[in-house]
Formats: sequence, structure tokens, C-alpha cells
Amino acid sequence: MADREERRFAEVSRESVRLMAEGAGVELGDDVAALLAEDVCYRLREATQSSSQFMRHAKRRKLTVEDFNRALRWSNVEAICGYGAQDALPFRSVKEGELFFVEDRDVNLVELALATNIPKGCAETMVRVNVSYLDGKGNLEPQGTVPTAVQSLSDDLLKYYQQITRAILGEDPHLMKVALLDLQSNSKIAALLPYFVYVISGVKSVSHDLEQLNRLMHMVKSLVQNPYLYLGSYVRSLVSSVMYCILEPLAASINPLNDHWTLRDYAALLLSHIFWTHGDLVSGLYHQILLSLQKVLSDPVRPLCSHYGAVVGLHALGWKAVERVLFPHLPAYWANLQAVLDDYSVSNAQVKADGHKVYGAILVAVERLLKMKALSLSQSAEGQSGAHPGSVVGAVSYRVNSPGLSPPPEPLSEAALGIASHLQVGGAGCHWEEWTPVPLPAMYCELYSFFGDSLAVRFSTGTGFGTHSPCTPSQLGDSRKEPPGPASNLDTTRKMPQLTANLNISPRQDGSPRTDPPPPSLSGPGSLPRASSMQRSRSSSSCSRQRSAGLSREVFPKARFTSPQTTPPAFSFLIGGRQMGQRCQGRRPFQTMFATTPPVSAIPPRTYAHKLPVIGRVGKPVRRWTCSHYSLHLPL
Amino acid sequence: MIALTGKNQSYVLVLYGLCFPLIHVAHAQFILKMAAVQGGMGDADIKTDIKTEPSADGFGNNNANDGRVLSASPGSSSSTGSNKQTAAVTPEDQQTLLAVLQFLKKNKLSESVEILRREPGSDTNSDQPDVSVVLSAYSQQGDPTLYKVYYRDLKKFIETVLDCHRAELSQVFYPLFVHMYLELVYNNHESEAKAFFEKFSGDQECYYEEDLRILSGLTKKEHMRGNETLLDFRTSKFVLRISRDSYQLLKRHLQERQNNQIWNIIQEHLYIDIFDGMPRSKSQIDAMSGSLAGEAKREANKTKVYYGLLKEPEIELPLDDEDEEAENEEGKPKKKKPKKDSVGSKSKKQDPNAPSQNRIPLPELKDSDKLDKIMYMKEATKRIRLGPDNLPSVCFYTFLNAYQGLTAVDLTDDSSLIAGGFADSTVRVWSVTPKKLRKVKSAADLNLIDKESDDVLERIMDEKTASESKIMYGHSGPVYGISFSPDRNYLLSSSEDGTVRLWSLLTFTCLVAYKGHNYPVWDTQFSPYGYYFVSGGHDRVARLWATDHYQPLRIFSGHLADITCTRFHPNSNYVATGSSDRTIRLWDVLSGNCVRIFTGHKGPIHSLAFSPNGKFLASGATDGRVLLWDIGHGLMVGELKGHTDTIYSLRFSRDGEILASGSMDNTVRLWDAMKAFDDLETDDFTAATGHIHLQDNSQELLLGTYTTKSTPVIHLHFTRRNLLLAAGVSQL
Repeated sequence: MADREERRFAEVSRESVRLMAEGAGVELGDDVAALLAEDVCYRLREATQSSSQFMRHAKRRKLTVEDFNRALRWSNVEAICGYGAQDALPFRSVKEGELFFVEDRDVNLVELALATNIPKGCAETMVRVNVSYLDGKGNLEPQGTVPTAVQSLSDDLLKYYQQITRAILGEDPHLMKVALLDLQSNSKIAALLPYFVYVISGVKSVSHDLEQLNRLMHMVKSLVQNPYLYLGSYVRSLVSSVMYCILEPLAASINPLNDHWTLRDYAALLLSHIFWTHGDLVSGLYHQILLSLQKVLSDPVRPLCSHYGAVVGLHALGWKAVERVLFPHLPAYWANLQAVLDDYSVSNAQVKADGHKVYGAILVAVERLLKMKALSLSQSAEGQSGAHPGSVVGAVSYRVNSPGLSPPPEPLSEAALGIASHLQVGGAGCHWEEWTPVPLPAMYCELYSFFGDSLAVRFSTGTGFGTHSPCTPSQLGDSRKEPPGPASNLDTTRKMPQLTANLNISPRQDGSPRTDPPPPSLSGPGSLPRASSMQRSRSSSSCSRQRSAGLSREVFPKARFTSPQTTPPAFSFLIGGRQMGQRCQGRRPFQTMFATTPPVSAIPPRTYAHKLPVIGRVGKPVRRWTCSHYSLHLPL
Repeated sequence: MIALTGKNQSYVLVLYGLCFPLIHVAHAQFILKMAAVQGGMGDADIKTDIKTEPSADGFGNNNANDGRVLSASPGSSSSTGSNKQTAAVTPEDQQTLLAVLQFLKKNKLSESVEILRREPGSDTNSDQPDVSVVLSAYSQQGDPTLYKVYYRDLKKFIETVLDCHRAELSQVFYPLFVHMYLELVYNNHESEAKAFFEKFSGDQECYYEEDLRILSGLTKKEHMRGNETLLDFRTSKFVLRISRDSYQLLKRHLQERQNNQIWNIIQEHLYIDIFDGMPRSKSQIDAMSGSLAGEAKREANKTKVYYGLLKEPEIELPLDDEDEEAENEEGKPKKKKPKKDSVGSKSKKQDPNAPSQNRIPLPELKDSDKLDKIMYMKEATKRIRLGPDNLPSVCFYTFLNAYQGLTAVDLTDDSSLIAGGFADSTVRVWSVTPKKLRKVKSAADLNLIDKESDDVLERIMDEKTASESKIMYGHSGPVYGISFSPDRNYLLSSSEDGTVRLWSLLTFTCLVAYKGHNYPVWDTQFSPYGYYFVSGGHDRVARLWATDHYQPLRIFSGHLADITCTRFHPNSNYVATGSSDRTIRLWDVLSGNCVRIFTGHKGPIHSLAFSPNGKFLASGATDGRVLLWDIGHGLMVGELKGHTDTIYSLRFSRDGEILASGSMDNTVRLWDAMKAFDDLETDDFTAATGHIHLQDNSQELLLGTYTTKSTPVIHLHFTRRNLLLAAGVSQL
């Protein structure tokens, strides 16, 4: 008991007192310090005791800084300022000096002042009634309170909703931009989420109006990017709206002049974005999406634009999706496509043009598939050879036996971060139907038979770099098709500093599907808002064939890098919350800022020996999707 | 110099609002300052005087100038009733007084000298002890190393006496322990004190833990000065009730052993209330102990209390039982005696236990009040009779987005308005009916109104201002207490800033700020008849005010720690106050005397409720227990255990069958009050000795527990039809 009593109090040691005194320029004797220390302890306890009554009367369980300050104030002691923040203050120690201190980070006031997403005060205090119905016995049905759910719309919110929807669906592009930007950063619209989702689900009624569809998609994007919103089960509804835009033969696509392809590209991008950032909210979403894409792809009655959507969607979901769905379907599909492409009749011209688009999309998808697969294989082989140095057979057999079933999906991220993502990957959940992965060579062979040189050209360009990893000889010797593996591997290893940054912050490390390397993005010129900024950081992107002049329509608010040309891009990483925790709660715990090293200019951008024969619209720049985007919140 | 005088005058003015004993000191200081000025002291001195003035002014407290901390609240100086006023007259004050006397003598103001002399506490040869005297009682000391031996000796003795005496004698342990410890500390035997504390603190009853914690922090003589817990211990004798036999045993033992140390302490610092008859059992003792200063003396609870209800004025009630909403077709309201016994009984004839109708002058009923009474009766006829098998429905008012911190809630009697006090110093009022809140029109607009028209009351309201809620600004600290006037025209709020404010609910502005407490005011409540209100706070005094007086009418002082809650008796003649000294006191509004002291709680009391018939009182504390008290007999009559955290709200149903308690543990519990009070065995013996046998029947009495998800219940209210309303702020 006595022991317990003793320990209950914080003690201020005489050393602390002496240090403080020194800090104030006073030398203290031992006895004085001891006396002072004891007195300080006593005063502290006294103040704490009197502050606790302020807590009790405020009907709280938690003692606040304010309570303590009140106690001080009533004892004629000056209040202590600077500790009123709600967040816990990190308490640090310096080993060398045995010094403990409260971390005091600099606050950039300018940044704070110019930030667009400052919470604009809090909602109005109000009283709500819950009725607990009792039968005479005292049993009652509903109990408790559900504050956010019962929160009905205040007048302000209603007005906001009307203004926002009017602005987004209205004529003024500038207004729309502002509205979207606000939607993306407003912290108080949780109550409006169902309404917005409902509006977005109206895509079906405006399928004739490409412009409206585009705007709705942008709205989806804003909602998804709003860090204060918890989408919950609304993700499903949003996904189905987006899927509609990707897959449906929209009324707008009857007119060949309408650029519905861009919309599909954008929607596919959006789909993968939603799925990467919010996929954990709905279980089985990945498979549902894959299934529906597969269904469309295998349906020959569907128009080509639907097929195009399916391919683009698969591509956006990552190379594994392509491998799982598109690749097995390719032989069957190829026949149909070939028929379309081979028909030179005038009446078929339009259809044929569509066919070329599909062809291009498939080409891009499978190329990436090959590349990523080769990359993953070579990396696993590398890991293998690392484990058994010199055991070439081991490496080869590994490659043959387990090609691609569960390739270490994020080897780079692992190397950089040391987070064991292997574990979750094994159960990648990809066992939803029997599906045996095709070994890379076979895959390449098959694809080559379809695409011929247009494929090969792209694959063999990586040899410009001199060095070879130890395992390359074996792989080279293994088959004719092998060279791309080590080549691309090299390529990526070279780009390590940059790539790791991207991979590390891919939103999920645990969910199986999302362990794929970041999917590439297929996008129409300018449908991506961040085109300009990203192109720079991804200048060495291996997939880019040609640069678009960047005639980007600036429809989407310039989000991240305000002036990418002048300052090196900086990433802010979300740490904690969604990434670290299993399920998201707070979407914005805190941010850490890293300034990326400027793109390594030493690496020459890839140049291709041949240019692809231009088919359809495939000539768009294809950039790797970087998920880092989505964890960026503030322009830095 | 003129400025200085002006300041001083205001100082004295402010102090007049304080309790009277202080005034002498203030007076004296004032005179002293004048003396200093007249005596031609240096300019520098005057300046320092001026400088210290504001702080003294702000706190209105003579203690301010000796740099005391929070603990030294003015209330401590005006402790229990009669003769301890000088407790806080510190040596400085003594010197001050002497200086004043000298000055007066020098200037041949013999009359003033006499006056000042006559004032209690001012004279050096007064027979009342002041703090230094009290503390110096400790100076007579024995060998510090023997303290342990003494205590252990006594402990051994008490452990060996007969069982029936042991429990009673064990009561001595705690006060003895504290005093011995303090004696050691006072005499600078720090290490011995520590050793003593460590050795024996574990033996003390668990409900003293809080005090022991404070005590253990106190290890230096310097700390004793200004520690209020200690002062309480010194100035008030710890009261023990011990049977004559047990007392004799103890006395004999101590005399045999020549254990003067302990005997002295018992003589000086303990008050042993000896009774004849059987010694009490351990459980009986435990039920009553736990307060800061022991149990109440028996004679403290002997005064007669008129707990009956006042006769209701005869009001003709329109007869339209069947259909209230629509007016009677005949349109002629018949005279009718209220037939419902529950409603009518009190208005029938004078209750023998009721005070006379005009014992306390009450405001006359206005027409609107009569209308309201009629409404009340109509509603009462539709009231649901509650009981163990007919529990009330619960309606929960959740405050959303109350990030600023909700600290107090009140509902009007007719449940039409809800008010909240917030930590950000605001007071907000909501209408919980579709009827919106409107302000009265501006004076200019009011002039245009036809004052003769029937609906003038409607016409004066400004439609443009209609809104669901209104915010009222004025306080400069968290609002801890809030109370609607019965006629719904006013709202009272008490705050940390030391003021009680009266707000008009017609204009939604502050009408009066009642200053006097000077320390946080924890609670305030309107009298059930309006006009009067009571407030209590950190200064340990409760004040009775009338709305049209800016000074309190009564000051109830006696509590040894903060007054945490205040309640009016239904007949408005008494006021109950709960305190952090873990006692409840009942005060007579007429005389200002304390007529009941209830001990038994083991933690600060945070809620009180009178039963509707005025006979019983329920109290809830941080210890999570509800205690029931019989006011007439001054007895504890029940203990309701179940809550696991502080009980912030208690309310009886309109007919008194059910007691609802709301707590920090996110539950509302309903208790069978009828059964609890019916089961009483109030034989004469119990009444005479005050020894109660409490049955442990909490589980039988608990009728229901309703949990919220994460909302502490801080207010409860029964509507006129017995629907239970609860309020709180969600912690999600």
C-alpha cells in the first residue's frame, strides 16, 4: 500500500531542478535543489488535485490542459500556454544528454494559411432526440445514439449540396473546377455523401451526354480523394457507376465523333484508383470487378467499345488481372477481332476503326503483362540465387515451377521498406477459379503469334544497358524469349530510387490484389490532370512510346504539384491510418514529407528502335500508374 | 491618492458581498492603507499598494496577499457556524490589526479602537483559536520515534478487545493517524512522518484513500500552511459516535498506559459523541462514515424540519377531461375539484408537517402562472402511473457537435425548452417543440403595438427572430450550473468566472450578474416558486438570492469543501447542498441555519433530488452510489448500488414511485422508490439513536438499466406525463 502510494506520484528530481536553474542562470546547491524539487512536486500534486475538480464539474473523464490551467489561474499562477492542442505531444529523449523534451515542430504558417483544406469550423451544435420504446417490462428495442447517422441535413448543407451539383453539372468550367476542388477537400460533407452517390448513380440517365458523364466521373474522383470522407459501402455504388462508363455501349458512342474512348480510359483509371484506395471497404470487390469485366470480354455480341472498356479496365487493375482474365481469353477473342480487322469493306470502316482501338489496348496490356512478369520472375530468381549462391539450377527450376503464381509482388518495396509483404501475397486470393499460370516463354510465344513484330520490337529494347546480373546468363540461355527479363530487371534496378518511392506508398501492402506493381495508366491525352507533373518524374517510364504534346485539357483541378517545372516534386506520404492499420478509420493521421531526389537524368529515356505502326489511338502516352499520387494531399 | 481611495472603496464594496467575518479584516486593511498614506510613507509604498490592489480586488479575498494557492478559498475562513470564523485570520492579519489599533490610538480615535476590539477575531486576547494557534497545538510533542509505538500499541489493544467494541473503536484510527502524522510533519520530523505514513496508511479504510493521497503529498511544515484539507482537519473536530462502554474501554486503556500523546489528540481534535446502549456494528458504522470530518453529531439533526408541502392555491380547473385540445362546446368552464388523489391530495388540507404558508414570503401567482398551473393539472390527469411493472419510456436528447464541451443541462418543467451550459462560456437554449424561440420586438416597435388587444403577448414577439435555438454570451468561464425559472421567463447560469447570471428568455439577454462567490460557482437552482435561487461553489458557501437583489439574502456556510450541487426543497423553505467534503447539508431558508447533516457518501456529491412529497432526499456521488435520506428523522434509509461511475443526475418521477439516476457510466437506472421508502422500519429506537440497519437490497430495487452507446447521462427529467427525458453529449 505504502509502496503504491509512493509510486503514484511523479517526482521531479533534483537534477531536473538544477538543470532548470542552470537554464535560468542560477547555480543551486544540492540542498536547495532538493528542497525545491520536493516543493515543486507538492505544488504539482496540489494543482493536479484542484484541476481534477474542474474535470469533474465539466462532466468529463479526461483531464485537459485547460483544467490544469484553470487550477493554476485560481492559484494566482500564470497559465501555461502552448499545450492546448488536441493531439498528443510526442515526448522525446536525447540519449547523450539524458534530456527529455516535448517535440516542438515548426509550423509553416504560410502553408497553413494558403492550404485549401482547412477545416472550416465545426458544425452547429444541436440537440437530437432518440426515443427508446419500452414495453411495460422495460424491454426496449433501439438503444443508444447514432449521432452521425441520424444527423439530418441542415439548411447550410442543403444549400451546399445544391450549389455543388449545380456547379459541377452546369456550364461554367471554372465553377466546376472550384466545386470539384472543394468537394475534394471539404471536411464537413459526410452527411451529404449518400446524396452525391445518388447523383452519380444517375450516369445511366445521361449516357447520351458525354460531357455530363465526364463531370460525374470527376465528381467520383473528388469524393474518392476527399480525405475526410469515409465511403464505406458507398464504394460499391460508386464502382458500379464507374463500371457503367467503362463497359456500357453508351448512347453517346453511336456518333463516331464523340470521344467516348477518353471517358472509358478515364473511368478505368478511376476504377483502379477507387479500388486501390478504397478496395478494402468492400470485400470481394476485386473479384466482382474481374468477373464482370471477363463477362463483357467473352460476350461477342457486345460492341467493340465495350470490349475496349473491359481491356482498359483490366489493364488499369494491374498486370495480374490481365494475366488472369485477358490472356486466357485472347485466343478466342482474337478470331473475332481478326475478322473485324480483316474486313476492308467500306461499311465496316467504323467498326474496323473500333477494332484497331481494341487491338491497341490489348497490345498495351499484354506488353505490360510480359514486362511485369519478366520483372517479377527475374526478381524472384534473383532472390533465389541470393539464397543459394551459384545454384543456377535452383534459379531455373524455381522459375519453371512457380512462374507467376505467387511472384513476390513488391520486391522493390520490400527491399526499400523491409515490410514483409510476401506473407499476404501467397494467399493472393487469386484462386477464385482454376487457373494455371502460363510460363513466361509460352506466354510470349503465344502473344508473339498474335502480334508478331509489333510485340517483339517493344520487348527487346532494354539491352542498351551494359551490366548483367549474375543470373542472366542462365536465363538468357534458357530460351530465346528470355532477354527481356533481365533487361527489364536491370532497367528497374537502375531506377530503384524512384520506383521504390512509388511502390512503398502504394496504398495496400496486405490485400492480395493490390500487391501487384502499380498498374499502368491508359489515358487519353489530357484526361489525366497530372499529366504534366507526372511525366517528369516518370520520364524514364519504360512503357512510354511517344509523348503527347500534352494538350491537356485542364478540366481537373491541378492537384498536387503546383509548378512541377520549377521545383522538384515532393511526395507527402500518408503514414498510419489506411496504410499501417488494417482498416481505415481516420484517413489522415499525419503526413510526412519527403522530397524526392530529382529524376536521375543520367538514365536516358528509353528509345525504341521502331515505332509502332499507329493503330487507332494507341499512340497515346502510356504512363505507369503511380499510386503515390493518391497519398498526396497537399501541394507542397 | 484619490484614485487609491476610490479603489479601496470598491474593494470594501466587493467584500461586502462576501461573508461578514471577512469584512472586519478588509476594513482593517483599508484603514491601514489610509494610515500608511497619512503617515506619509514613501511613494514607492503607495505604488506597491496600488499594484497589489487589483489582485486583491479580483479575488475579493484577504488571502490573496499572502500568496495562497487555490486551496485557500475565502470559505475556509468562514467555516462552521458559530465560533470558527477566525480560522483564516493569519498572523499577517493579526499584525495588521495591531498596526491599525496602534494607529487609531495614536490619533485618539478611542471609539474606533473599542469597536474594532469588540469585533470577534480582531483582538489578540480573544479566546478563539486562529490558525497559528491551532497549528501550534502540535508544538507540544513527544519523542517522534515513539509515535509508531504509540499507534501500534493502540492498534494492538483495539484488536484484542471484544468484537462488539472493536468496530467502534476502530473509528479512532483514521483521525488519530492523520493527526499524528501532521504532528510529525509540523515538528519537522520528515523522515519519521514518512515512515509512519508508510507503515500505517494501509490500515485505513479504503474510502479515505483520496484524503490520504493528499496527505501523503504533504511532507513539509511549509506545506501545511494554506492546505485546505489540513485546515479543515484542524478547525473542525472529527466527530465519532461511540457507545459509552467502548469509550470507557478506550479511556481506561489510555490512562493505564499513560499514553498521553494519543489522549491529548483525542481530547483536542476529536469530538466523541457518546451514546448509551448497544455498540454499533461494523456495517452500521461504515454506512455512516466516510465524510471529511466524521459523522454528524446527533444533535445536529434534531431540529424539526417542516418537510411537508405547501397548500396549492385553489385554481378553477376547466372541466374537459375527455377532450382537452378542443374547447368545450358549451364553453362554460365548470368549477371542479381535482379528483385525482395524486394531484389533489396536496391541495386539500394543510399537511401537519408543512411549514406555514407564509413562513417564507413567496411571490404571488400571476395570471400566466395560473394558466400554467391549469395546464399542469390537465397534463397530470393524463399522467401515467409508473411502477415496477410499468416503467417509463425514455427519450434521450443527444447533443451533437458539442465540441466545446457540454457542462450543464436543464429542461423546463413543461419540457418545452432545453438549455445547455458549455465549457466555452456560452449558454444555449433550444426549443424542443415545434414552437420556435422568438425575441421581443425592439422598444420602438413595441410602441406601435395596440396594448389593449387580446393577443398582445403574441404581438410583442418578433417573428423575424424565430429560430430553433439561441445562444447567449456573457460568461467568461465554463458554465457549470443552469436552471430555468418555473415560469420559463428566466434562466440562471453559474460559471467558473464566479458569477451567477440571470437571462431573460424574452429578449435572450443577460439581465443581472450576481457577484459574490468570487470563485467558481458549481451549481445554481431556482426555487420551485421562482424569485429565489440558491448557488454554491468553490468558496464553500451556498448563497440564497432573490432575483431582484444583487446581494445574497442568506449565506449558508459550514461545508468543509466545495459545494458541488444545490437543490431547493419542494416547499421552498429549505435548501439542500452537497459538497466534496462528502456531506449533505440541509439549510433552513428562514433562519439560515443548518438543520441536517447527512454523512455516508464516500466521494464528492454531484446530484441531489427531493422526492415530490418532500419527505425524502436522494443523493448521488462519485462513488457511484445513491443514498436515500429521511429528512424528518434525519436518517439514511437506503443505499442503491449499481452505478460504476459518478452519478450526475437524479430525478423522482412525478408521483415519486420511481427514482431515475443517470451516470457517467453511460447508463440510466430506474429504482423502485416506493418500495425503498415503504420498507422502512422507523421505530422510535432507530429514530432516537440514528443507528440504521440498511438492507442490501439494491438488486431488488433496481427496476431497469438502460445504456447509451457512448453518452454519459448528465441530466434527467420527468415530463408532466411521466415520460423520462435524459440528456447528454455523445462521446463518440
